[in-house]
Amino acid sequence: MNIPMEQGILLAALLFCIGLTGLLVRRDAIFMLMSVEIMLNAAGVAFVVAGSARGQADGQVMFIFILTMAASEVSVGLALIIQLYKKFKSLDMDRASTMKG
Amino acid sequence: MKELLWLIVALPFAGSLILALFSRKLPRFACAIIGVGTVSMSAIITFLISIDFLYNNPTGIPYNQVLWQWMDVYGLSAKMAFTLDTVSLTFVFVITFVGALIHLYSAKFMWKDDGFARFFTFMNLFIGFMLILVLADNFLLLVLGWEGVGLCSYLLIGYWFKEPANGYAARKAFIVTRVGDTALVIGIFILFMTYHTLNIQAVLDSAPSTWVVGSGIATITAFLLLSGAIGKSAQLPLQTWLPDAMVAPSPVSALIHAATMVTAGVYLIARTHVLFDLAPIAQTSIAIIGAITLLVAGISALNQQDIKKILAYSTISQIGYMFLALGVGAWSAAIFHFMIHAFFKSLLFLGAGSVISVMHDEHNIFKMGGLWKKLPVIFWTFLIASCALAALPLVTAGFYSKDKILWLAFASDKGSVWLWLAGITGAFITALYTFRMVFVTFFGQIKAQPTQRIGIWMTIPLIVLAVLSFAGGFIELPDNMGHVVLFSNFINKTLPVTTIKELGHYTELIFQLIAAAVAVSGVVLAYKLYFGKKFPADEPQRDALQRFFYKGFDFDLLYDKVIVTPIVFISRINKNDFINQFYMGLGSFIQLLNKALSATQNGKVRWYATALVIGAIIILTIFYS
Repeated sequence: MNIPMEQGILLAALLFCIGLTGLLVRRDAIFMLMSVEIMLNAAGVAFVVAGSARGQADGQVMFIFILTMAASEVSVGLALIIQLYKKFKSLDMDRASTMKG
Repeated sequence: MKELLWLIVALPFAGSLILALFSRKLPRFACAIIGVGTVSMSAIITFLISIDFLYNNPTGIPYNQVLWQWMDVYGLSAKMAFTLDTVSLTFVFVITFVGALIHLYSAKFMWKDDGFARFFTFMNLFIGFMLILVLADNFLLLVLGWEGVGLCSYLLIGYWFKEPANGYAARKAFIVTRVGDTALVIGIFILFMTYHTLNIQAVLDSAPSTWVVGSGIATITAFLLLSGAIGKSAQLPLQTWLPDAMVAPSPVSALIHAATMVTAGVYLIARTHVLFDLAPIAQTSIAIIGAITLLVAGISALNQQDIKKILAYSTISQIGYMFLALGVGAWSAAIFHFMIHAFFKSLLFLGAGSVISVMHDEHNIFKMGGLWKKLPVIFWTFLIASCALAALPLVTAGFYSKDKILWLAFASDKGSVWLWLAGITGAFITALYTFRMVFVTFFGQIKAQPTQRIGIWMTIPLIVLAVLSFAGGFIELPDNMGHVVLFSNFINKTLPVTTIKELGHYTELIFQLIAAAVAVSGVVLAYKLYFGKKFPADEPQRDALQRFFYKGFDFDLLYDKVIVTPIVFISRINKNDFINQFYMGLGSFIQLLNKALSATQNGKVRWYATALVIGAIIILTIFYS
């Protein structure tokens, strides 16, 4: 059964907004990272839907790229969060505002 | 010989410059030689030029010497040029000759003072500026000299600067004369606007054909020039600075505040007499101001205890006589009185300075007494000068000069019996306060012993000035006493002859007898009241009236209430300066913006991310709508 492309893109947009909202609202660094993951996955869904609407496999190839990049980005991000935790003794990103003013 | 005119002016300036630059390296004796020598050489050159002028120039044609072009811009042209005619020659003679004597006196008087070289720097500078003033060929140069003597007066009054009161007195002198100076400069602006030249002779030549007698602009200009003269010559209402200026060393008082600077006003009016002829109201005002001033100052002098303050008020009063003469058109009489007054008043000041210094800086005459035996030379020279001041008949120069003024105050076309009455009352008061001063200071009980003596170098000037106070009058005897008119002939080559009313043959004799009687009776009354009496250390200030006279009719209080208090009041209201507040407000607004914008830099990641999102939405909206 064919799902219209618009609904797929809409799903992707909705997921992106949920991720964005989570990024803006959450204070904890790990939850921020999770929200970024959601945003990345939303972008991936958009690619796959667009690829399948044209009957090409390019969308899914792009999705593999995104997945790979997300994995490496998460490892780097977690390393940075460990450093931040060592400095500020908390995961609250609002504490890390020494660049104020 | 006349070409050396510039040297008379250049020498004192050179002396001042050398002393200003090199005084630290020169021994005190050398500084004295330079200081006294420059002015003495100027006096000698003046003497030679006078002989040349008298013998080779019977009609008194002015001699012009142009040195260089000072400025020439948009029609404002002023040269550094000197004009020597009979009036300026008289002034130059008095300035250099009396100046040289006073410099000689002050070499000894100031010998022990720390700032010896500084004193002579300023004195020489003063002589230089005063000479520029009287020799000036154009108004700009005259104002240069005018301002210069004001500056030197400030420097010399505040000479002993470690005492704050001296600084206040110096500032007071400068500021009060400043009021007059401003009026003078505005008057000169009007003259330039009308005549497009600043050359004095050119203005005076074209004035009668440009301005109508009694026209508004002529009157205004004349009054402005008169205001300048009033300020410098310490007449009502700008006379308050002169009594306070007595904190200066006595030679300064003798030179500046008796003989020269205060007569600059007399010179100005005499020089611009054509303008005053065109403004009869202004000329009458000169006479009225002179008459009132001489009475006010005379009464104030009668109530003083400080010997120098008596002489200060006396100077104001005598210049009032000169103004009275100028006001009735008695030009040569005014200049004659100026010259004689310079002799006896500077002698009085030098004598007072000598008395003060040998009495250990005591100024109060009631703390002195019985000095006539102890200080013979000072006493006799002081007595001769006092007789001249009181205008004792026949034997003193003062009689001839003051009598001429009194006679012409009545007899001149512009004179009146009221002016004569004021003058004769003033003469009585003058004789009274003068001999009060003499009797209380030199006679009676000895209150304190003088322990020093003045040296030969301070005595010589006293003796020379005493001779001049006695003999100086014999060059101008009245019509019925030998009719010697050497001086008035000399002056009348430049200034007009006074026109006299038609009066009876013996009228002049009657007036002379009255004047003589008044002077003698003043001396007699002073004798009765003050000779040989015992005084308490202070003459008590008996009542409010005497206190009022003591303060010189309390003009200081008047000016304080009328001028100073309102200005201070308005300043207090505007303490926060509403104009400044506007600019402060601009600054505060900018600071507010700064606070607001710096709140957006709070270092929080979420905040920045939000900003990014909002920015992205705005751009998307704009670009895709």
